[in-house]
Amino acid sequence: MRDDQIRVLIAKPGLDGHDRGAKVIARALRDAGFEVIYTGIRQTPQMIAAAALQEDVDVVGLSILSGAHMTLCPKVVELLHAQGQEDVLVLLGGIIPDEDAAELKAAGVHAVFGPGTSSSEIIAFIRAAMAGG
Amino acid sequence: MPKSAPTQQLIDGLLEGDRLALARAISRVEDDAAEAARIVRGVFAQTGRAHLIGVTGSPGTGKSTLVSALAERYRAQELTVGVLAVDPTSPFSGGALLGDRVRMTGHSGDAGVFIRSMATRRGTGGLARASADAMLLLDAGGFDRVIVETVGAGQAEIEIASVADTVVVVEAPGLGDEVQAIKAGLLEIADIFAVNKADRKGAGRTVAALEMMLETGGAAAQAVLHHGQRMEMEAAASETDAEEGWPIPVLETVAVSGGGVDQLRDALERHWAWLEGSGARSAREGRRLGHMLQTLVQAEVLARMERTLLPGLRSDLVEGMMRRQIDPYSAAAEMVKKLSG
Ligand code: B12
Ligand SMILES: Nc1nc2c(ncn2[C@@H]2O[C@H](COP(=O)(O)OP(=O)(O)OP(=O)(O)O)[C@@H](O)[C@H]2O)c(=O)[nH]1
Ligand SMILES: [Mg+2]
Repeated sequence: MRDDQIRVLIAKPGLDGHDRGAKVIARALRDAGFEVIYTGIRQTPQMIAAAALQEDVDVVGLSILSGAHMTLCPKVVELLHAQGQEDVLVLLGGIIPDEDAAELKAAGVHAVFGPGTSSSEIIAFIRAAMAGG
Repeated sequence: MPKSAPTQQLIDGLLEGDRLALARAISRVEDDAAEAARIVRGVFAQTGRAHLIGVTGSPGTGKSTLVSALAERYRAQELTVGVLAVDPTSPFSGGALLGDRVRMTGHSGDAGVFIRSMATRRGTGGLARASADAMLLLDAGGFDRVIVETVGAGQAEIEIASVADTVVVVEAPGLGDEVQAIKAGLLEIADIFAVNKADRKGAGRTVAALEMMLETGGAAAQAVLHHGQRMEMEAAASETDAEEGWPIPVLETVAVSGGGVDQLRDALERHWAWLEGSGARSAREGRRLGHMLQTLVQAEVLARMERTLLPGLRSDLVEGMMRRQIDPYSAAAEMVKKLSG
């Protein structure tokens, strides 16, 4: 018997407490049939990378509303790559200006989802990416 | 190391202490029964070293917080710790929200602690089917202590007793009627009780209630629990007979501040030494491996039945049962006969 369960880490790096978006997405992904590991608030990039490794996730989802995305995201991507997880899909949500989103995508973030994104859009994106699309 | 790394590379890696290899091996074991067989075959000779500790108890009693604090106390003695935290799969979506990690922060810079969340998927009894295999992998990965947190348990979730050397049952004050809150099944499997949230009032009463039950013994405790409605738990009772000599401690802990956690660790170490010294360790290991064998045989027999006999014979027999031409027991015997023939 084979399962191909998709495992997703939802992490909220930074020092602020804006965790609503992360929790909404975590629940939506659970309801879509994913296994979601939620780490809670105030995670450093090191903590996120360690969790991603131990949990062997397929997707790392970061939620950042604090404005600190330009320092936090590239650091997470760099740590994931350094520990041999180049194949992890990295998603970012929260308050991210368009020009920053473009730069982060160049730095290895696969997609950025701003306020008002529907869960079904995010779910469809993950499914397509996991299917090799 | 890519997701698709060859199985042998994962086995070699995890035996050498490569944590990504370990993590990926656990996923394979969860996802694929054939891979589970290969990987366990590759590591089994290197298992049997770790102290396997089960932590169970009602939802929200502080199991995750306590496991994290305990890991920290083990680290203070330079013992390495692998944690498996099990949470339920949603029966509706097949997805799961695994939140135990939220209470287990503070170990991220430490290579001596490895925390893995696991969804129950189709498992029953408070664990996943892959839990026992994952414990073997953590053991083979070199961790001195392997701690498994079950899903928030009721009296039916006692599978942990079949996979752990030592079972810690976590209770907390204020769960309503103290005596009622202590679930019958959990009482029977505890080697150590931790009354957590001892900073809250009522902890003393919970401790007293537990101690009273332990003094009056298993059967009497059942009578207390069920208001005279006696419940027979013969298997559990005879097991306690064989393991006399371990006085079950009832400890107060405050997991959030670390209070009492040294004492819990010491009690665990004492139990581990007692298991070894009394011969109970090998008795339990025998039971554990026997249980594993039985589970695997059942799964294999079922799988073979599905592969070879379905749908033909099965639907014929069900039809016969519906017409009352054959009873369920004879139908089952018929299928089993076909299997062995
Ligand atoms: C609610 C809120 C709060 C609440 C937070 C409650 C909580 N537990 O989350 C409270 C009142 C506590 C709060 C406090 C503060 N806030 Co505030 N807050 C907001 C507000 C109004 C809404 C955020 C929200 O919850 N939205 C609802 C959720 C569902 O949407 P979302 O998070 O955007 O998520 C969606 C997408 O972004 C995406 N998504 C999000 N995460 C992820 C992750 C993944 C993996 C994916 C795929 C998608 C995804 O999908 C979601 C669904 O569409 C925003 C303004 C805004 N319009 O966003 C300000 C805002 C975020 N806050 C702000 C500030 C400044 C603060 C304070 C510092 C204010 C102060 N001076 O005290 C404090 C910080 C306190 C602290 N220590 O954290 C600023 C941040 C400015 C910046 N980025 O530079 C904002 C942008 C307001 C503003 N325009 O100035 N805040
Ligand atoms: N006051 C107090 N609160 C505690 C203590 N230990 C844990 N908690 C709190 O109790 C809540 C539940 O803790 P968890 O560790 O998540 O409990 P759990 O048993 O793992 O929960 P489930 O896995 O959901 O069954 C959290 O808010 C903890 O902070 C304690 O000793 N005292
Ligand atoms: Mg927990």
